[in-house]
Amino acid sequence: MSVVDSPEQSPGARAAARKQRVADWRVGMLASPAAPVYGALIGITVLAWIVVTIDGGNFLTTGNIVNMLQRSVALGIVSLGQTLVILLGSLDLSVAALISLSSLVTAQQMQDGSVIGALVIVLLMGAGIGLANGLIITKLRVNAFIATLGMALILGGIIQNGWNGPQTGVSDGFSSNLGYTRFGIIPMSFILFAVVAAVIWFVLRHTRFGYRIYAVGGSEDVSKLSGLRTHRTIIGAHILCSLTAVITGIFLASRLKAGTPTVGSDGGYDLESIAAVVLGGTALSGGRGGVIGTIGGVFILAVLDNVFNQLEFNSFLRDVVRGIIIIAAVAVYARRTEKKA
Amino acid sequence: MSEPLLLQMQGIKKSFVGVEVLHGVDLDLRAGEIHAIVGENGAGKSTLMKTLAGVHPPTEGTIRINGEEVRFPHPAAAQAAGVGIVYQEFNLLPERNVAENVFVGREPRKGPIVDGRKMERDTAALLEEVGETSFGPRTPVRWLSVAQQQVVEIIKARSLNARILVLDEPTAALAEGEVELLFKLVRRLQELGVGILYISHRLREVFQLSDRITVIKDGGVVRTLNTAETNQRELVNLMVGRELDGYFPEKGTKEDLGDVRLAVKGVTTPLLKDVSFEVRAGEIVGLAGLQGSGRTEIARAIFGADPITSGTIEIDGKPRRFRHPRQAIRAGIGFITEDRKAEGLALAQSIADNMMLAVRTVMPGRKRRNAPGIMTVKELAEVTELRARGPEQEVRFLSGGNQQKVVLAKWLQTQPGILIFDEPTRGIDVGAKAGIHDMIRKLAKDGVAVLMISSELPELIGMSDRILVMHEGRLAGELPAGATEPQIMELATGSHEEEVAA
Repeated sequence: MSVVDSPEQSPGARAAARKQRVADWRVGMLASPAAPVYGALIGITVLAWIVVTIDGGNFLTTGNIVNMLQRSVALGIVSLGQTLVILLGSLDLSVAALISLSSLVTAQQMQDGSVIGALVIVLLMGAGIGLANGLIITKLRVNAFIATLGMALILGGIIQNGWNGPQTGVSDGFSSNLGYTRFGIIPMSFILFAVVAAVIWFVLRHTRFGYRIYAVGGSEDVSKLSGLRTHRTIIGAHILCSLTAVITGIFLASRLKAGTPTVGSDGGYDLESIAAVVLGGTALSGGRGGVIGTIGGVFILAVLDNVFNQLEFNSFLRDVVRGIIIIAAVAVYARRTEKKA
Repeated sequence: MSEPLLLQMQGIKKSFVGVEVLHGVDLDLRAGEIHAIVGENGAGKSTLMKTLAGVHPPTEGTIRINGEEVRFPHPAAAQAAGVGIVYQEFNLLPERNVAENVFVGREPRKGPIVDGRKMERDTAALLEEVGETSFGPRTPVRWLSVAQQQVVEIIKARSLNARILVLDEPTAALAEGEVELLFKLVRRLQELGVGILYISHRLREVFQLSDRITVIKDGGVVRTLNTAETNQRELVNLMVGRELDGYFPEKGTKEDLGDVRLAVKGVTTPLLKDVSFEVRAGEIVGLAGLQGSGRTEIARAIFGADPITSGTIEIDGKPRRFRHPRQAIRAGIGFITEDRKAEGLALAQSIADNMMLAVRTVMPGRKRRNAPGIMTVKELAEVTELRARGPEQEVRFLSGGNQQKVVLAKWLQTQPGILIFDEPTRGIDVGAKAGIHDMIRKLAKDGVAVLMISSELPELIGMSDRILVMHEGRLAGELPAGATEPQIMELATGSHEEEVAA
């Protein structure tokens, strides 16, 4: 088939084409599942600001914004990886255990060796675990839920066997650089989050691998009939997901200046990352959604968390409110998809 | 012949688990030709196309493209050789846009980056080639109508440089106006030199479109004809023309007929248009029609499984509107569905549980124990002549015939006044078929109103006291007992209408 370049255009036609592109873009934006997420984020932020101000607190102060950005980093990075596997129609419940293990191994390796060496080792470990998850799901044909739950238990066992408490050894320089440096109101760690987000956004949007993730998540059968090697895509996405968990673990180690056996499970990063992804409009069945929505979802959870802290909500009420918001969000998405279908 | 044929299939045989379903089919296709393939449901048309697509490689026989022998062990090999297939069920990703669907798995790249612009330009060029302007490369597929999605499937095949395009029942899901657009598109592809295999059982379309017609029956080619030299009547005769075989129970008599149990009046749904008929107690009414003609949709509408847009359904003279099958079951309707394994049985559960499934949901335990006419599992097994190891056996281990008896027992337990059978003997061996036929007739004699859908015309003719024929969502006509297969096929393919109009 021959491809024809668009012929010479008159200025009028060019303007019309531009108009069309803008219209297309607008349709694309509104059609994007991320649109309502940011609407909700703005709404919740305004509401939070009002409530906190009435309560006599300060919401939009530098300190508080830094605090929120800082808090969104850990959940944010792992949620980016979770987005990949959920888009694929899979999911990963082993991220919390992997975060703990990564923080411990990071500290241990830094104690004995160089910072770079330690980072290389934990990242390789993460890639290996992601590879294992992917192989178990594709080759052993174990449902992702069970495969990664099993992996979580295995990692938990390894942690309990090797560590009774926190592991020290995180280098001072590394800790203050990644954990505490900031440029204006932007913490260094937030830049890390932004970089990971940009990389994953680029992968999804501009590489074949990204297109394949959407295809496999949309329908594995269709992908197979179109000649896709679906197993490779699934394994690749799981490796990337595990890597984001490892990066989260490294960041938490720098923040706490130590590795701890429970940092992942205390943060509830397994279910919370899934919640952030779903809140961001990515379909749990796969094929629809993306990184932009997930970032919105993470911010919503961070703002809520911050408000609860400022208002000194008790933790039960917190979970009730969060639960209601997540369910309501998914109900809204279900309605939107139905209307378009 | 001066140039080699575009496609030549010779002696194609295909067996599934030892059962031969294609018995040496010969078929050829020239470049720029539209070759229609017609035959009854289950004649083997789709299987034949799947041997060409590499989905089910043939057991025996050769396929040649431009004179060269080819083998397609998997779908990708067929695609690479220029064979494109558009199935009845589309293979599209609803959440992705048109360009992304067309190039799924083989997105053009610039270095490591997907060249989205080229993808969109190429898609736009393909859309232009077929004259499609109602949507663009960036439109999400879920926004498209069925007809538009079909266009996407076709240009996807074109983007693979398909020189041979198979369209499997392309008009089955299209509305009237959309069919015209599809025809235009098909003719356009013809002009581009694409060879098209057009599977359809709508004879009118076949005559409008094709250059040649091959009739397939029971897994073999009956004859290949030049469209200009034949007519609908000849085709219908070639498609059926089969001896009535097998044994059927005696038909009902006038004395068996009771009051009108089920009256369908002007029922319209998205797939049905103004359907009206009655079924009396004691009679078996057959419902004929091609796949997609709305047979099953009628059953689902009566049963409350699909909503009705307008019209009424009367049960024993009282208008009823069911919003859920539960209400229909309570009103005494039983529905033996087409897909026994998916919709009729809980496969991993016991015979006893399956038999009690419907009655348990509509009648609470205490009431049930005292209700007259409730049978024990043992009694049900005896009535239906079920052969099984015991009531605790899981139904998935039963033969098709015995499974169907369990489904029947499930509905007998609810003591229905109306029973709807959708393909009651599909996938059941001959001996068990006769048993089920006897049972259906016996139920009718006992005063049940029976509506029976079947694609097997001999069965329909052998069993029914009257036959209703559906065509494209409408009731095309009614035939008395003893109608012949050509009579039914004429109504079902719409060739009758054509002649009346002409």
